Amino acid sequence: MTSDHMDGRGDPRFESGDGHDGMDAPLRVSEGWGRAVRSVSRYVVPRSADELAEIFAAASRAGLKVALHGGGNSYGDAALNEGGLLVDTSVLRKILAWDSSRGTATVEPGVTIEDLWRRAIANGYWPAVVPGTQFATVAGCAAMNIHGKNNFRVGPFGDHVESFELVTPRGERLFCSRTERAKLFHAAISGFGQLGVFTKITLRLKRVETGLVRVRPMRADSLSECFDRFEENLDDADYLVGWIDCLKSGRDLGRGVLHRADHVRAGEIPGLPLALDANGQSLPTHILGLPKSEAWRALRLLMNHSGMRFLNAAKFHAAAFPQADAPYLQSLIAFSFLLDYLPGWKRAYGPGGLVQVQPFVPHAVARDVIREILERCQARGLPSYLGVLKRHRVDPFLLTHALEGWSLAMDFRVTDGNRAALRALADEITDLTLAAGGKFYFAKDQMLRPSDPGRIFGAAPLAEFARIKRELDPESLLQSQLARRLHL
Amino acid sequence: MKIFRTAIVVGASSGIGEAIARQLVVQGTRVALVARREDELTRLASELNAVHPNGAMTFVHDVRDFASAPKVLDQAVAALGGLDILFYAAGVMHLIAESEYAFAKDRETIEVNLLGAMAWMNPTAARFESVRAGTIVGLSSIAGERGRRGNPAYTTSKAALTTYLEALRNRVSRYGVSVVTVKPGYVDTAMTRGLRGLFWLISAEEAARQTLALARRGRSGFVPRRWGLVALVLRMIPSWLFRRLNV
Ligand SMILES: Cc1cc2nc3c(=O)[nH]c(=O)nc-3n(C[C@H](O)[C@H](O)[C@H](O)COP(=O)(O)OP(=O)(O)OC[C@H]3O[C@@H](n4cnc5c(N)ncnc54)[C@H](O)[C@@H]3O)c2cc1C
Ligand SMILES: NC(=O)c1ccc[n+]([C@@H]2O[C@H](COP(=O)([O-])OP(=O)(O)OC[C@H]3O[C@@H](n4cnc5c(N)ncnc54)[C@H](OP(=O)(O)O)[C@@H]3O)[C@@H](O)[C@H]2O)c1
Repeated sequence: MTSDHMDGRGDPRFESGDGHDGMDAPLRVSEGWGRAVRSVSRYVVPRSADELAEIFAAASRAGLKVALHGGGNSYGDAALNEGGLLVDTSVLRKILAWDSSRGTATVEPGVTIEDLWRRAIANGYWPAVVPGTQFATVAGCAAMNIHGKNNFRVGPFGDHVESFELVTPRGERLFCSRTERAKLFHAAISGFGQLGVFTKITLRLKRVETGLVRVRPMRADSLSECFDRFEENLDDADYLVGWIDCLKSGRDLGRGVLHRADHVRAGEIPGLPLALDANGQSLPTHILGLPKSEAWRALRLLMNHSGMRFLNAAKFHAAAFPQADAPYLQSLIAFSFLLDYLPGWKRAYGPGGLVQVQPFVPHAVARDVIREILERCQARGLPSYLGVLKRHRVDPFLLTHALEGWSLAMDFRVTDGNRAALRALADEITDLTLAAGGKFYFAKDQMLRPSDPGRIFGAAPLAEFARIKRELDPESLLQSQLARRLHL
Repeated sequence: MKIFRTAIVVGASSGIGEAIARQLVVQGTRVALVARREDELTRLASELNAVHPNGAMTFVHDVRDFASAPKVLDQAVAALGGLDILFYAAGVMHLIAESEYAFAKDRETIEVNLLGAMAWMNPTAARFESVRAGTIVGLSSIAGERGRRGNPAYTTSKAALTTYLEALRNRVSRYGVSVVTVKPGYVDTAMTRGLRGLFWLISAEEAARQTLALARRGRSGFVPRRWGLVALVLRMIPSWLFRRLNV
């Protein structure tokens, strides 16, 4: 014990003050967005991208693995790091450049989808691909190569990234684009934060004439009708998303409501305000008749099979009011991010949280496989309370989760009583999906097993990814909890 | 009533900590013994392992080596295969003479009794919050109820520890984690040996027994309970009067 024990040499946020081989960064309990997985890790907030090399070096000396954390919207353990160090890049949040004529933005990694649209909309631009939450960061979206409700039309997030700068665990700064380091470009996007830190990203937004979409709800009485409706609209819809009532069985199995949305053109509806400013983007203040901040409490009461049956039936029949399948106008944010405006809605799932299982299934077998999945859930007494159907297409990224086909995202409530059954069901869905040539998506995952990634991506892409990883990160310093769970 | 399968006792080489460790092992709990004196720990461990093979393991550690606490914690948890309860029983009480002002003693007192407790309880609380279970027991003291002339740093350290434990309890109880503050009166251990004017003195074994009973119920309390009345009276005495009393 020396008397200078508390002297602060180095940066106390991540470098020990007294030469011991540890880290003084604070501990933090973090959870996946679905609240079904938690972990304790050290936590550091870089003040600038320049500090990253130093942070990697300090972590390496302390024997800590590093994982990157954006907005923390991944459902499972993709942005967690039990026993290691989490580096939170969401605070690096400056829009470095915005070209309002070309619609290109160069941003720091922590800029959110919300920051982006707020800056761009007045100039008639909107992010080309958005997830269901605007709180996701651009780096998080690039790392997962997220998809929107327009995946079938415009591809994933990465298709709209022009270039980025990546800081590797060895501290190198690599500029990547489709022409420079093209391999790394296509590997780091969809590289789930395992190859380096995005410190600067340039992306292209898309032109919109108004801040509105015309939404057309379409009821479908069965799963095959859902698919039929979807396909009828594929050619010319801007957005398509299906909501499926996973509690319905028999003849009603897979019934649901499809929403088609198309950007409203200027002048299309004479006299209509264009809503091309942040304030023009309006949202409902009440949901289920309650102030939106409290609505989750009501949902909490419905979070059981019968409550959900009721809610789903209400949703299904509401699509027929005031007039069956009548189109209506909605602001872009209301259409894109409605759930963000129901703060804490996930709390309705209770203390065990929720897991999402999202099988991606090739087009040719999608109808049969998805029907089978819905039936298996019901047979195990574990119907999903929320089922969302989307259409996808192939893309050029190394570990892409997309394919020519469909995905059904299903949310499951986790309780102490159903954990084992849920585990068995997830394995069953995984096996069924992979046997059909399907895929899964790390941003949503909590249930995959170490043997699954090989079957999802194929041996060659995985080996290529591992090769790039060894080159950039020989110590395997970057290692999220998900990467460890799946032995990646 | 909680059942503890795995426990860490910091300050297990003598006194109340040692007695807690003995009783735990006899009851079938696997215990990690933590303190500085290796020979004392080894002696205790071999005695306990004779009763229950693999019931006890030792970790030599100075609680003033704050940076090591999380690492020793991790090692102990790995060796135990989990952790249900942490006891922090390490403590020092220096005698301070009438006109003595001794910063070195004050500092050690705060480092061992307070900062060491924080260094151990922070990572433990994080772990327990994460798994939504666990119990943390802090050995504070009746001495923390008032600032006493004979023991400025010690009474300060215990007052601070009591407040810290209360704050910790308020942070983590919502996650199903119990934080138990134990305030013994006089206990017959190395700490009090040779002191005069002690009353209601109990053995370390009895103090340990009562501490474990509180821990199982997840309740804080005085040991023995009647010190609660003393504390009540002590707190009511106005400062101007307290300084004239010989306590
Ligand atoms: C309500 C809701 C709806 C959603 N809807 C969709 C959807 O429609 N489509 C879809 O595809 N996804 C969807 N998601 C998932 C979400 O878009 C992804 O999880 C996305 O990655 C979240 O971004 P984030 O900033 O929160 O990243 P985090 O979850 O914090 O991290 C995601 C990954 O990015 C890595 N990362 C973070 N920062 C960096 C960096 N600077 N450099 C390199 N890697 C980094 C992390 O290590 C991690 O692997 C939804 C999530 C929620 C909560
Ligand atoms: N005895 C009483 O009357 C009484 C009354 C109220 C409260 N308490 C409290 O009860 C707790 C236990 O006291 P006790 O009476 O059992 O005293 P004790 O017999 O002197 O035991 C003290 C323990 O603390 C450990 N310790 C001291 N300094 C340490 C350090 N730097 N690093 C690691 N361990 C250290 C000692 O181990 P090593 O020396 O081997 O490191 C020993 O195991 C203390 O917090 C005390 O304040 C006691």
